[in-house]
Amino acid sequence: MQAEKQSSSLARQILKSATESSLIPFLAILTAVIVGGIIISIVGGNPFQAYRGLIEGSLGSQKALSETAVWATPYIFAGLAVALAFKGGLFNIGAEGQLALGAVFSSLIGYALPGWLGFDLPTIIHLPLAIIVGMIAGGIWAGVVGALKAYTGGHEVINTIMMNYIALNTTSFLLNGIMKDKSPTNVIARTPMIADSARIPTIFEGLRVHWGFLLALLVAFFIWWLLTKTTLGFEIRTVGLNPDAAKYAGINVKRTITLTMVFSGMLAGLAGAIEVTGLNFRHELGFSIGYGFDAIAIALLGKSHPLGVVLAAILFAAMRNGATRMQFITQLPVDLISMLQAFILLFVAADAIVRYIYRVKSKGERVVLTRGWGG
Amino acid sequence: MDWKRFSFIALVIIVLFGAVVMVGQSQQRPILIITSMLATTIAVATPLTLGALSGVFCERSGVVNIGIEGMMLSAAFFGWLAAIYMFHVFGFPIGISITVGALFAVITGGLMGLLLAVLSITFNVDQIIGGTVINILAVGLTGFLNRQLFFGKGSVFGGQVPNSPGVLPTIHIPIREIFAPLCSDSIICIENIRAINRVFDQKPIAMGAVLLVFIAHFILFKTRWGLRTRSVGEHPKAADTVGINVFKMRYANVIIGGCLAGLAGAYFTIESVPSFEPLLTNGRGFISLAAMIFGNWTPIGAWAAALVFGASQALQINMQLFRESIPPQWAFLQQSYVVGLAPYILTMLILTGIIGKTTPPAADGVPYEK
Repeated sequence: MQAEKQSSSLARQILKSATESSLIPFLAILTAVIVGGIIISIVGGNPFQAYRGLIEGSLGSQKALSETAVWATPYIFAGLAVALAFKGGLFNIGAEGQLALGAVFSSLIGYALPGWLGFDLPTIIHLPLAIIVGMIAGGIWAGVVGALKAYTGGHEVINTIMMNYIALNTTSFLLNGIMKDKSPTNVIARTPMIADSARIPTIFEGLRVHWGFLLALLVAFFIWWLLTKTTLGFEIRTVGLNPDAAKYAGINVKRTITLTMVFSGMLAGLAGAIEVTGLNFRHELGFSIGYGFDAIAIALLGKSHPLGVVLAAILFAAMRNGATRMQFITQLPVDLISMLQAFILLFVAADAIVRYIYRVKSKGERVVLTRGWGG
Repeated sequence: MDWKRFSFIALVIIVLFGAVVMVGQSQQRPILIITSMLATTIAVATPLTLGALSGVFCERSGVVNIGIEGMMLSAAFFGWLAAIYMFHVFGFPIGISITVGALFAVITGGLMGLLLAVLSITFNVDQIIGGTVINILAVGLTGFLNRQLFFGKGSVFGGQVPNSPGVLPTIHIPIREIFAPLCSDSIICIENIRAINRVFDQKPIAMGAVLLVFIAHFILFKTRWGLRTRSVGEHPKAADTVGINVFKMRYANVIIGGCLAGLAGAYFTIESVPSFEPLLTNGRGFISLAAMIFGNWTPIGAWAAALVFGASQALQINMQLFRESIPPQWAFLQQSYVVGLAPYILTMLILTGIIGKTTPPAADGVPYEK
């Protein structure tokens, strides 16, 4: 009797905490949709048509669903990158640069390696190699910032942004120079197409959704496992919560900070590598722009929990994907989505506003995500 | 600001100027190159100076402002938009339109500052997240409105971006008129004076920025307001105990900071070029944060650091003029994406603290709860 009561109350508790933790994001999205609707009306659009277009375009058909998954794939990886850094007490604004670097090196392996070796590689070797090299490139790019943070105190927020600009300049340098597609018709800064052996196959015939989407879900599960079930994950979270306590507990804080950043960058690099090997089959300059900020919004909306990140990524993907249809129906520009997402982020970050509007009580706990310059 | 930091700044500026003089001396006399570099440096450092001042005001009162970039971007857009509306839709003369545009930019910045204040002071949102929200919001809002207002259905402008009424004029400081008679017909002497004059002939916001550096220094270190601001940023509890309203001081300073970032935004679209493009601030807001840190949260120090970044940008611009004189093995350096890296790498170098550690205000980034 007692045990039964306990287990039912436990179930109720779990249910309660699940609804509670998803209540604020849900209300934040709702508020953003309302505010967005008001702005659409002000500029002379019809918000109901706009939102109908968004939903139709993202979920309305097999193709729409497939495209949403295609959009969601890099979002999941990049969102996880930012979320993992948050767990470790670091703010990685540089997912964009790490993603670009991952894409550059992945495409380099994709198109150039067979030529260097002088023979074709089987997919089983070539594809993983292209992905892993891109991942490592992203990891190194972010690792530099992590090491600077750990050993010199240079703040990661500014350094990751600086690395973004350096990445953008470096990729333009490479894509306009030695890595440029030399075919006579090409005038764009982009690499040649990668070899067939370095491409991720699609899941269904005739739809663009590829196995990278499933890999993204798998990686999200792996990150959850890493954070909650392993010593390393425990160290990352402890350093994130309280570096001083971590130090006294015997955790090597500097090493953990560097490693967290390396992992974060690897995830972002993976996003770039999968975009190249699964979707674009080349790196075209500038395709990565905007992913960094989207990834931050996704990580915050998902409360840095891997499952939350996956859901938030799918939501953002649906919005991006539905935008084209919305534009077709209402003639409202696609950029509307960026604004809508900014409002979602605003209300998620400032959950106090949402609590205030809807009179939701706070449990009195404050989550410290970042620290000032000193930390 | 200690001597070590200032001498580092001086050294970097001398190296940057020296590089251009070395490349260009076969075509132009050094004094002409140096004055032209100086003039460009002061002009392009303007948004960085103002951005850094914005950061100084916010952070001296204890609020980290990572949203300077977004404040600049939105101010640049709305200022430019106001100028266009005044000129094309309401039919005001050019001068009034531009002035109103600049004013609107400052107001937009102030409103963004208010948003940051509401988020971080009233709602206790993590300040770095709050700033990031402002950055993302600015990108989304300006991108959407830029597209919608000019290319959208029912646009007043019928699908094309109208010409902006123009940019602020250069103000002439009459150095030439005063000193030229002393030259007694020496052509080179008159040429030199003209060149020196060009350094001082700046546009209003650039001049205002330099003036504001000293005004900010005076306010922060010589007035009661400044003392209160600093005490709120160092030890809010103590300030509260002696009767200073921590929330009011922080609100006021963050809004002042927003207005300064707004003026920096006006530099882009009202003073520099009469057009707007998405993402035009291009990281300047973040670089000005680095300038603020390197200047150890002081207005004059931040200005000196901003000038270093200005000089590295001036190097890029001036190198273009002497393109033919660059030896072929160094030719790759003149590609903008190689020279363009300098400010970013410099920023990261500065943040490592190898040029001297800096100390932020003690309560910087810490929300105050009674």
